[in-house]
Amino acid sequence: MNPKRKKRLYIVLFIVFGVAVAVGLTLFALNQNINLFYSPTQIAEGEAPTDTRIRAGGMVVDGSVKRAEDSLEVMFEITDYEKTVSVHYSGILPDLFREGQGIVAQGELDGQGVFQAVEVLAKHDENYMPAEVAEALEKAGKMPMPSGQEFNK
Amino acid sequence: MVEKKKWLPRWFYQLASPRWCYQICGKLLPGFAVAALILLLGGIVWALLFAPADYQQGNSFRIIYLHVPSAILAQSCYMMMAVAGAIGLIWKMKVADMVAKSCAPIGATMAVLALLTGAIWGKPTWGSWWVWDARLTSMLILLFLYLGVMALNSAIESESTAAQASAVLSLVGLVNIPIIKYSVDWWNTLHQPATFTLTERPAMPAEMWVPLLMMVVGFYCFFAVSLMLRLRNEILRRERRAGWVRDLLLSK
Amino acid sequence: MSFNSFTEFLSMGGHGLYVWLSYALGLAVILLNLVAPLMERSRLVAQLKRRLQRENQSP
Repeated sequence: MNPKRKKRLYIVLFIVFGVAVAVGLTLFALNQNINLFYSPTQIAEGEAPTDTRIRAGGMVVDGSVKRAEDSLEVMFEITDYEKTVSVHYSGILPDLFREGQGIVAQGELDGQGVFQAVEVLAKHDENYMPAEVAEALEKAGKMPMPSGQEFNK
Repeated sequence: MVEKKKWLPRWFYQLASPRWCYQICGKLLPGFAVAALILLLGGIVWALLFAPADYQQGNSFRIIYLHVPSAILAQSCYMMMAVAGAIGLIWKMKVADMVAKSCAPIGATMAVLALLTGAIWGKPTWGSWWVWDARLTSMLILLFLYLGVMALNSAIESESTAAQASAVLSLVGLVNIPIIKYSVDWWNTLHQPATFTLTERPAMPAEMWVPLLMMVVGFYCFFAVSLMLRLRNEILRRERRAGWVRDLLLSK
Repeated sequence: MSFNSFTEFLSMGGHGLYVWLSYALGLAVILLNLVAPLMERSRLVAQLKRRLQRENQSP
């Protein structure tokens, strides 16, 4: 390669790596702010602010969903398999909401440490499968479970 | 002249000739067009009629057969645009500039398709059209990068300056590609992890992922068709004073 | 075949609007990426031909 082209190659490499390093450092500094939600562990350890609207994400604990009989109010617990947070919500839940399903709730922590949600979104994993396969895996107890790590980055 | 040692294959230097490039594109076009037609038609029929519904999401799962291919293609197309831009910057190769310029509008429409199908899929599954999580936001930035490259190409009068400016912008934006890819691993997002990875078997059964693979390959073939059509236009426009273009026009 | 009837196919288990809207958008994007370069080509060829004829008439 002639020296001119070599010089231009170095300029191109400098642009790509320079920008990559700059953006990498910025993202590293902003790491916590890029997370869409706080995990139950972070909330339990007081890392999440209490006086402002935040999002909390975790798996809905099996057997924890309690629905009111006369209203849309519902109480349930979410977990990242380390800590658990109670969530209170009044409204229509997404179709995918069920026990053992990942969810992301938006709302505020109240004085008792209960998360008062104003919006609940369902999070699903990449394990798509037909109903028959899901049934068979369920019976065999081999249903792939999202790891707790997924909610705690 | 002393024959210097060529450290790149011969076809790389042939690519530099607009005429050769125009002709080879013309030869390759029908094959890619047929492949794209067969793969896309077969993939869509399979995806809509024969692929099983997901046990959780039901039939809205079928949106994956457009969402994943368009998202993959939007990112591949961006990488191609940046690499072509870099070749144009370093070797001053006109054809590379034209390839980079032709990539931008195709990639932009693919990014739009990925974002829109994602929003439409998100509503029934997540319960929201849009959330500002890392994956969705970085994908939106990809669309803005494409729009920026297109704006630079059309706003700057001089072709070589426009190519240089848009190549630099594409190279700067290249950092966004690994961010899109790893956003779901690095941060808490609503978006699920990747459907396809190179190292692991997909979690889905074959009757779900085979049509998806067909759609992905079909989208790539279609991209090749659209890119070559645009590239040939661009070559004709810029080489309009060359003898071979005059002969070509007169022979029509 | 995942569907028993055509109406079932159209309704997509209640998600018809979402699925069909997505596929309509997909079709639109594919057609756009074919039609736009093809129209550009015929416009460009016609324009270049006119220019060539003008140049040949007035040497």
